[in-house]
Amino acid sequence: MPDLFEALATPARRAILDALHERDGQTLFELCGRLSTHFTLTRQAVSQHLDVLEEVGLLTVRRQGRYKHHHLNTEPLNHIVERWLKAAPPPQEEQP
Amino acid sequence: MKIAVTSIFVSDQQKALEFYTKVLGFQKKTDVPAGAYRWLTVVSPESPEGLELLLEPEGHPAVLPFKQALAEDGIPYLSLAVQDVQAEHDRLTKAGVHFTQPPVHLGPVTTAVFDDTCGNLVQLAQYH
Repeated sequence: MPDLFEALATPARRAILDALHERDGQTLFELCGRLSTHFTLTRQAVSQHLDVLEEVGLLTVRRQGRYKHHHLNTEPLNHIVERWLKAAPPPQEEQP
Repeated sequence: MKIAVTSIFVSDQQKALEFYTKVLGFQKKTDVPAGAYRWLTVVSPESPEGLELLLEPEGHPAVLPFKQALAEDGIPYLSLAVQDVQAEHDRLTKAGVHFTQPPVHLGPVTTAVFDDTCGNLVQLAQYH
């Protein structure tokens, strides 16, 4: 299973998260359309990226009737904030 | 040689006729009994002599799994050219049509996708 950082390491997967941040709850078709303007990706490739993002919890899939919509879940990113950013000491002011 | 008829599989021909004419605004062109079904086509009022869309019954066993797989991933079966996707989206939403994708600008084209109530997704496309 890929970890969070592996999932985030791929530009196409970050682009998918950007697209979902712009509008949450997209179908595979809409995501493919949006990504095709920046990437050369097949539908299968996009589908595989979505699987990876779902595995690490950055994305949830919700069925609405006959349709499958993809939703952004930023919760796993909170661990990064807690691990380093919240624990980090306040920045030192530069000495004149 | 030219393309005269293309078809879309619909769950119910009468229901489809009503949706494609009353809601979308197409015109009935041909309606001929054909066994248990009808040879039922609609055309655009913008080109009544142009391409006909056949509202075809979905009786074949391969059709339903095919349609379900497309719908699940949000893939439209048919694409319709319109002058103004946003205006059509607003008009159809008011008429109770369900969109799986609101208007999205994708470079040279703006698209939106809606449910035709007969098992298909249909795309609206506006080229800039």
